[in-house]
Amino acid sequence: MSSKDKTWKEISIAGVCPKSSESFKTGDWKTYMPILDTEKCIVCLTCVMLCPDGTINWIPDTNKISFDYTFCKGCGICANECPAKALTMKIDNTEG
Amino acid sequence: MAQQNKKTLAFNGDEAVAFAVKQCNVDVVAAYPITPQTIIVERFSEYVANGEVQTQFVCTESEHSAITASLSASTTGARTFTASASAGLALMHEMLFVTSGSRAPVVMAIANRALSAPLNIHGDHSDSMAQRDSGWIQLYVENAQEAYDSIIQAYKIAESCDVSLPIMVGLDGFTLSHSLENVDILSDEAVTDFIGERQLPQVLTHEGKSVPFKLDPKNPMTMGPVAFQNYYFEFKRQQEEGMKNALKRIQEVNSEFAKISGRCYGNGLIDKYKLEDAEVIVVCAGSTSGTLKVIVDELRACGVKAGLLRLRTFRPLPVEDLKNALKNAKAVAVMDKSMSFGGFGGAIFHEVRHSLYDSPVHPPIINYIYGLGGRDYSPSELRIVFDDLAEIAKTGDTGKQVRYLGLRE
Repeated sequence: MSSKDKTWKEISIAGVCPKSSESFKTGDWKTYMPILDTEKCIVCLTCVMLCPDGTINWIPDTNKISFDYTFCKGCGICANECPAKALTMKIDNTEG
Repeated sequence: MAQQNKKTLAFNGDEAVAFAVKQCNVDVVAAYPITPQTIIVERFSEYVANGEVQTQFVCTESEHSAITASLSASTTGARTFTASASAGLALMHEMLFVTSGSRAPVVMAIANRALSAPLNIHGDHSDSMAQRDSGWIQLYVENAQEAYDSIIQAYKIAESCDVSLPIMVGLDGFTLSHSLENVDILSDEAVTDFIGERQLPQVLTHEGKSVPFKLDPKNPMTMGPVAFQNYYFEFKRQQEEGMKNALKRIQEVNSEFAKISGRCYGNGLIDKYKLEDAEVIVVCAGSTSGTLKVIVDELRACGVKAGLLRLRTFRPLPVEDLKNALKNAKAVAVMDKSMSFGGFGGAIFHEVRHSLYDSPVHPPIINYIYGLGGRDYSPSELRIVFDDLAEIAKTGDTGKQVRYLGLRE
């Protein structure tokens, strides 16, 4: 809890969200994070399609894959499914 | 002002409920049949088939789905109704908390029935008492007339913006659900005018807009998200405030209803019968109160200062009303038609006794568990309760505090 959390009198009833889901940085749940070996990556986009949280994106200009770790929960589906074995799950040592 | 053109119809309790729901212009009814509730939705489905109502009737595959469909419909701003009993209500258990936590003013009739095992379809309060802490308002009615009246009142109570909680109206299985009575009905117009359109509280959405609390593509909002250590507690506290507001609202609605019907039920929370100077008082919920009133009259004719306190509203518990009504009693007996196994007496006994704790003077108080699984209780048996109270009032000795009435010992 932090001092900016509101009291029961200040919030809407029934848990109606005052914020968009984009503002909830759920990435801090993860224990492991996927790390990409760009040498091995064949840009097949399997990980992009299978990420349940839409945190993996394809950058058309560079034809590269990028990860949004602020929402990645570290489920490991991407690493498990990568046909090129370009993704490995490593302990998340980042803060927050 | 009482209604001018009084119309009386013969209904059993279930039919009286179905007729009230018909007049309340309900948008969605989702239900699954279970004795002794079945007649309610059976009769209502006839109204739907005959085109007498515009209601969307949803036949579900279980009670868990029935309450879920009712809750879901309610979140779109629809007026909803469902009914259940016994095992059906038990199967709804999980979703009862979701309904109250979602602040959905669903109205549900419960034809109170025993829970298995052993299998029993007859009346007692085990089903709804087991749902005491589910966050639903609970009313218990005395007769078919009150069942009809209370369903109409229930919408006005539950849908009040400062309450916004679901409500269950309990009528005793078979004793009320299947017994034919004369029921005075209001005109459709009178009911429509009385309950009006569903009211919606305002909420703040993620877009920063203050909008009515309902699922609406024009004003998107997130309902039913997670709330963990940092917010869950605050939402539960809000529900408790809704219950506190209901305590006031039930009384107001009871008075407003009296103006259009000429009928009221005590102050809506408790119904006092000859309590002013009563020395021996029985506290009771549901249809047994009717029999007890007759006994009170008989005893009064013999000079015994007997009285009855009928607990109409069990949740929210009218603590102050109970305290004030019982403060001058010389002995009190609380009737419970359900067991709280391993507890000290039944649920109503716990709550009434606890309401008196802060009073300077505590009347001696005893509990009777009775009528389980539909066990009959005759007027002569109920008289035993008053006889016992007279003895306690004389000696001041409560003796055994938790007793069983009509049990072979």
